[in-house]
Amino acid sequence: MQIQPILAALRKHRLATILIALEIALACSVLCNACSMIASRLSAMHIDSGVDEASLGFIALEGFDPKQASDLNARVVAGLGAIPGMQSVHVINSVPFGPQAGAAGITLDQAGKQHGGVPEFYVGDPGTPEALGLRLVAGHMPAADDYQPITNFVPSNSRVLITRTLAEHLWPGANPLGKEFWTGPFQFRVIGVVDNLAIQQYDEEGEHGAQWTVFVPGLPGPQLAGTYLIRANPQDLDRVMTEAKAAIARIAPDAVLDYDNSHTIGELRHRFFQSDRAMAGLLVGVIVALLGVTAFGIVGLASFWVAQRRKQIGIRRALGATRADILRYFQTENFLIVTFGIVVGVVLAVGINLVLMKFFEVPRLPLWYLPIGVVALWLLGQLAVLVPALRASNVPPVVATRSV
Amino acid sequence: MFGYYLDLAIHSLKRNRLLTVLMVLAIAIGIGASMTTLTVMHLLSGDPLPGRSAHLFYAQVDGDPTPDYKHTEPPDALDYQSAVDLWNARRADRQALLVDSQIKAYAPVAGRPPLMLMMLSTTSDFFPMFEVPFEYGSAWTSQDDANRARVAVISSDLNDKLFGGKDSVGKTLRLKDSVVRIVGVLKPWRPSPQFYDVRGGRFSQGDTASFYTKPEDVFTPFFTGLEINDGNFYQFNCWMPPPNPGHLVNSPCNWLGLWVELGSAAKVVSYREFLNSYAQQQKALGRIRYTEARLRDLMQWLDFNQVVPKNVKLQTWLAFAFLAICLFNTVGLLLAKFLRRGGEIGVRRALGASSRAVFAQCLTEAGLIGFIGGVGGWLLTLLGLWLVRHQQTPYSDLVQMDVSMFLTTFALAIVVSLLAGALPAFRASRIAPALQLKTL
Repeated sequence: MQIQPILAALRKHRLATILIALEIALACSVLCNACSMIASRLSAMHIDSGVDEASLGFIALEGFDPKQASDLNARVVAGLGAIPGMQSVHVINSVPFGPQAGAAGITLDQAGKQHGGVPEFYVGDPGTPEALGLRLVAGHMPAADDYQPITNFVPSNSRVLITRTLAEHLWPGANPLGKEFWTGPFQFRVIGVVDNLAIQQYDEEGEHGAQWTVFVPGLPGPQLAGTYLIRANPQDLDRVMTEAKAAIARIAPDAVLDYDNSHTIGELRHRFFQSDRAMAGLLVGVIVALLGVTAFGIVGLASFWVAQRRKQIGIRRALGATRADILRYFQTENFLIVTFGIVVGVVLAVGINLVLMKFFEVPRLPLWYLPIGVVALWLLGQLAVLVPALRASNVPPVVATRSV
Repeated sequence: MFGYYLDLAIHSLKRNRLLTVLMVLAIAIGIGASMTTLTVMHLLSGDPLPGRSAHLFYAQVDGDPTPDYKHTEPPDALDYQSAVDLWNARRADRQALLVDSQIKAYAPVAGRPPLMLMMLSTTSDFFPMFEVPFEYGSAWTSQDDANRARVAVISSDLNDKLFGGKDSVGKTLRLKDSVVRIVGVLKPWRPSPQFYDVRGGRFSQGDTASFYTKPEDVFTPFFTGLEINDGNFYQFNCWMPPPNPGHLVNSPCNWLGLWVELGSAAKVVSYREFLNSYAQQQKALGRIRYTEARLRDLMQWLDFNQVVPKNVKLQTWLAFAFLAICLFNTVGLLLAKFLRRGGEIGVRRALGASSRAVFAQCLTEAGLIGFIGGVGGWLLTLLGLWLVRHQQTPYSDLVQMDVSMFLTTFALAIVVSLLAGALPAFRASRIAPALQLKTL
């Protein structure tokens, strides 16, 4: 197959060639960036919360008198615990994907000079880590005497669990067990490391901080009240959750159920990623529409060229070119145009990504997306040109003999 | 002449239906996508108080004396002392102190469960400053502010819910442990964004949809609210843990907003000087350490907080990139269509049509495609907006097409198609008549 005559022909149709190449270039750049954005949203949605999501639910109450907090806790734990199928009820300040309950900057020294980032704090009553299903990777779970009354926010001196990610961030390479950190006057000593425990309000941009959490053992009281972790078998959970919400009016008529936040963790997670799902869906829609429009553009233009060159095709056929030759001519032509477009498109894709990274904190485009986008567009071009090219190959040689 | 061109255009469009449908579809999809996002942008980035916003300012001083971070920008909220000092100075035409909190309210009818409401505690200037519309009654007076009167204004939603939409002025409402008398009921009021509560946008990483929630349901005088809901206030930030969480009066926390109305440029200058001198004076007294102060007008404050959610901006860019692709596509197809009619154009030229006439004829055809595409685009936009309305975002209920966006849809469609048609039409108008006639 000679490329020279094709290039010569394209040179005569410079404008149309440039247009279609530019369309391919734009499509290539949008395709690569949209795919990368979809991937980053999807990977954000698959974050491991570190807890047994299928078995857990969260009940939040508002509007109760803090002076009655201990009484309320006792009533709710006993009342919800009586629901058939309920495995356990714990007082916890929040759950992954639940309302943000406490984030505080920590320091690695008492003087507050060496900053260690801003992790989120979970506070729960005895048995909470086990109920959450946290997976311990080092140290031990809090013992009964580690659970202390909360003076203000957390106990003033607590023995805590932290996540593996936070441990590696705070003390890279060192054994975190027994290490200490502070936030203001509060002192924490690490007694155990858990595999994962996602923060409450995860934000997809701060992925590295998504597992920066501390679990503080505490005893229920005025500072830890009104928010409960319930656990049931996965198949019972929906029913237990519904019954628990209904039971609150009877158990705690003095409080108001926070309908917005009282859900199973699965539902909280689903809701939390709703906008990401919508955005990913939108991007998929854009990609489909984009590829469709590009393909139609190629079909339209190729059909035009085929119609315009009917006579030349007939002459080539009369001079001995086979149908396959004609087919290959149009396919090669399309391949060349798409390749021009792709070369520009790849540069454009990286450029757009740099701009997006600057203004929208979009992650860097993984370079291996580029070859995938390139191959996808080559295939699209070949598919789109197939119908007009087949039509061209069916032009009979006799056309050459008709009026000139 | 235009009528004739239109006839020719319709005739030509009918002749090659597939190509016509492809072009109309491309334009309709491109317009639909870009107008959907543009309408959402238009709703979210608009001026919530046109004509007044330039006179409304958000005051900031830095009450945090800790050297933990660079104090290049004062915090987004004021501490109690600074806020009340600035408000008491009354150096502006009007001034509104404000803070919102969640409060438990009891329905006036026995047997219904209590409910949690958002309450805005503010001063009486709030209502005239922000042109809040009243259905019944009126705002409280500055005397009520001073007396910490147990009065309240309620939203039209809450009035519908509790009093069936009837005039409830004079009725009472139990908020937590206090009883307040209703003095006013608002008309439906839905500023976009809920600008007076906007803060912290720069820390939200573009996730700012919450700035578009509905206004609070209960409004009480500022000091009344602090008393009746004591223990339930949330800080913007604290530089030391507050001794009594939820009670923030005189605590080491920033939690209050102060809006001022300044009617002229001279007043703005003098208020800015006042803010700076206040900061200097407090520094001299040793209460604060950093004297950065800011006075941004409403739109500057919204810009500073980057109120338009990042997702929406990204979608807008995406939609316009998509429109550009549709545009290129249409250029290619029009080029094919016009040049294919070389013979016909050659005859017209030979019969005396000027190249300008051919150009006008081709553009008419492009414009007609744009118009039809615009109708399709408008329908697709309505579909797109319907989809946005069914997403669970705080601004879903705001999303609808107004007249200006309706007109923009068609204007954009026709401009885009004329742009797309210009180059092919120019090429067509330069067809040499003789050459074409020979091949007929």
